[in-house]
Amino acid sequence: MRDLFHGELVRLTLEEPETRAKAEARWQRDTEYHRLIDGEPARLFSERKIKEWTEKQMEAGIQPERYSFSVRTLEEDRFIGFFGLWVDLIHSEAWVGIGIGEREFWSKGYGTDMMKLCLQWAFTELCVERVSLGVHAYNPRAVRSYEKCGFRLEGRTRQDVMREGRRTDSLWMGILRGEWLQMQNGDHR
Amino acid sequence: MFDIQTQLFESQDIRFGPIDHEKDPEIEAKWTHDSEFMRLMETSPARPMSAAMIKKQYEKLEKQIEEDKNLYHFMIRAKADERLVGKASIQQIEWTNGNAFIRIGIGAAEDRRKGYGTQALRMLLRFAFAELNLFRLTAIVPEYNEGAVALLQKFGFMQEVCRRKSLERDGRRWDLYVFGLLNDEWRKQA
Repeated sequence: MRDLFHGELVRLTLEEPETRAKAEARWQRDTEYHRLIDGEPARLFSERKIKEWTEKQMEAGIQPERYSFSVRTLEEDRFIGFFGLWVDLIHSEAWVGIGIGEREFWSKGYGTDMMKLCLQWAFTELCVERVSLGVHAYNPRAVRSYEKCGFRLEGRTRQDVMREGRRTDSLWMGILRGEWLQMQNGDHR
Repeated sequence: MFDIQTQLFESQDIRFGPIDHEKDPEIEAKWTHDSEFMRLMETSPARPMSAAMIKKQYEKLEKQIEEDKNLYHFMIRAKADERLVGKASIQQIEWTNGNAFIRIGIGAAEDRRKGYGTQALRMLLRFAFAELNLFRLTAIVPEYNEGAVALLQKFGFMQEVCRRKSLERDGRRWDLYVFGLLNDEWRKQA
């Protein structure tokens, strides 16, 4: 059986609510980070509020349509980011949100390694037929990384986001189960 | 030029109105017993509903309208007899981006193909673009809903995204289309 929780650069964990809240409170101050991963206006929440949300999610117990992961580097064991999946159980589709809050780990292959683990988990544990995501057109670094993992561009909603007084597109990407299996070159299982 | 005379909520054969909590639940409950209608409108599993359930949905809807302020919902009524024929809404409005999602449904089979959908969409677009001042509208439609695709194209919506094999129905997978229309595109043809 494959190790689902270790990639080449990172491993999957779920950090304690305190640790997550502390990190997220720090990451949200980086508005470039926020504007890369989110379409909502940037804002600041207290550490206590973030911890409260994390605990609330935890107290809800195991929800079959919602999964969160924390990510640590293999080398220095640094907590650098997260990904989460929202699952449509009826139509067997998962939506992914992913981010690296520690910016010194941008552009070094960590995101791609995280997404590869995410897809492997989605297709082998969740067993969904499709994984989807949305990304800003002004984030070409992310798009390249997603393409490396096998995502295909499925279209763009024109000018649906306004940043700094300018309008930009949102890109919609998806990967089908069959496409992912083919990429594994029989290496699956 | 400054057209405030033309009514926002009235067209040739239909009008937009609020929910009638007394009469509407029974009619809308009847629509839910038509699985074809439900599968055209919803991606959640189609199932027949009681009037009591619809009543609860209305209450939830009105609560959401009051609290979230990002949703407008209209009942579509035939002007001739004030009969409920459908519903239309603008939802998930992102005020900072000026984007929102639209939905329209004509409930009873005998009320379709009478131009009600066309008139409702024309009013909904004018409301969204000339009253809410939104920048763009988005509509998501399964590939098997050919009527909706034709209607959106008639009003100049562009197919922007094809979410491949995103829905499962009748033992096969179907694409979901995302359509978009910009305010200035609408203005040019209105």
